[in-house]
Amino acid sequence: MHKNSAAVVVIGGSSGSIPVLMQIISALPAAYPIPVIIVTHRLRNVASDLAEVISALHRVHEPEDKEPIQAGHIYLAPQNYHLLIENDNTFSMDYSEPVNYSRPSIDVTFLCAASVYRENAVGILLSGANKDGAEGLDVILRKGGRAVVQDPACSQYPIMPLEAIKKNNKVEIQDVKTIVDTLLGLIKL
Amino acid sequence: MDQEITSEQLKEVLQLVKVLYGYDFSQYSEASIKRRLDRFKQMAKVSLSDLKYHLANDKSFFFWLLESVTVNVTEMFRDPTFYKALVHEVIPLLDTYPLIKIWHAGCSTGEEAYSMAILLQEAGLLDRTRIYATDINMANIEKAASGIIPLDKMKEYTTNYQKAGGRGDFSDYYSARYNNAIISKELKKNILFSQHNLVVDEVFNEFQLICCRNVMIYFNRELQSRVIDLFYRSMSPLGFLALGTKESLLFSDKSAKFEVINNINKIFRLKANA
Repeated sequence: MHKNSAAVVVIGGSSGSIPVLMQIISALPAAYPIPVIIVTHRLRNVASDLAEVISALHRVHEPEDKEPIQAGHIYLAPQNYHLLIENDNTFSMDYSEPVNYSRPSIDVTFLCAASVYRENAVGILLSGANKDGAEGLDVILRKGGRAVVQDPACSQYPIMPLEAIKKNNKVEIQDVKTIVDTLLGLIKL
Repeated sequence: MDQEITSEQLKEVLQLVKVLYGYDFSQYSEASIKRRLDRFKQMAKVSLSDLKYHLANDKSFFFWLLESVTVNVTEMFRDPTFYKALVHEVIPLLDTYPLIKIWHAGCSTGEEAYSMAILLQEAGLLDRTRIYATDINMANIEKAASGIIPLDKMKEYTTNYQKAGGRGDFSDYYSARYNNAIISKELKKNILFSQHNLVVDEVFNEFQLICCRNVMIYFNRELQSRVIDLFYRSMSPLGFLALGTKESLLFSDKSAKFEVINNINKIFRLKANA
């Protein structure tokens, strides 16, 4: 058996990231064998329209508390919770204080991914207008994982990728097409 | 981040807390409690060995840690659609009981118990209802019983209340004083706040409705099973159980005893013969 070169892909995005997310998800084959976990900033206490938009497109779903993380699945962090990852490969929901004014916070999930999967974590940070995700990407890199940001030059809101680059200049800077190639390149057939 | 505590170090700290203070967090979600403890270490600006030293020598340090590692974030009418479902699908059935007993397990600072009291008041049932609201943390219980809520939160709570289908004027339920909202005596008189620890404490009454929303997310699966079993043994026949919107009964051996009343808002009901 050949091993994939990652155990998990975590993707964070905020303002301007939804079209990019749709593009990335639709480019992944149906049987993409690495679990993908998406965290985006969402409004509180309103019906979840984003989940509908994205799941209409593909097999994305919002996990429930303690649900096992499985290959071949794309997960979307539910609104109004932080999404944590346990050592036994399950999700936990967390309703504690917002981080970077956000719940779900990208940093919270990225830090969990770094802690659980270490060098086998891949973090990708897309367009957005605050600094959430920068610390998480930095820690993923420092634990030996891989960190990619959407090229600020082609991000609708470049602040989030720029903050990550400022925090750790070893992050890879890629346009959307290259991000897709990177994700496909993680699979070993 | 380099000082992130390891699983083994976490176990040592939790063991110390258990031996010295009797609180057992060993079956809490590891990801959650590790994150809270990392944050606490940063906030308190202590190393791991300092932390253990203070725990062993300073009781007030422990209570500070307890406050910080347990999550006490709550809202009035959080998830308005849940309260709407409660009004339409549960409260009319509670009306059939001469005395209605409700348990808010893990009530934190009481916001959800007060929300429930408002809806029961509007249904004309509050006078014959006893709400038992419990929490592990005595500081929360005292705060909840005081019925004092920061005034700046009331704007959001008013919106939540309206979305939940509240039929009155939300401002009738509190009086504003300086920067606080003080919950009216009418709502408080049938709520009993007391300490109860879901990890070790047992059945103390029988309820037609148990609300435990976003509390068990901080527990591991084994402890979740224990608590659902405790709820099962604390419920009247055909009683209701309400969980948070991302919680399920899937991992409990009691799941077959319940039927789903509302899957989106996670309202369950004990089956007849269960």
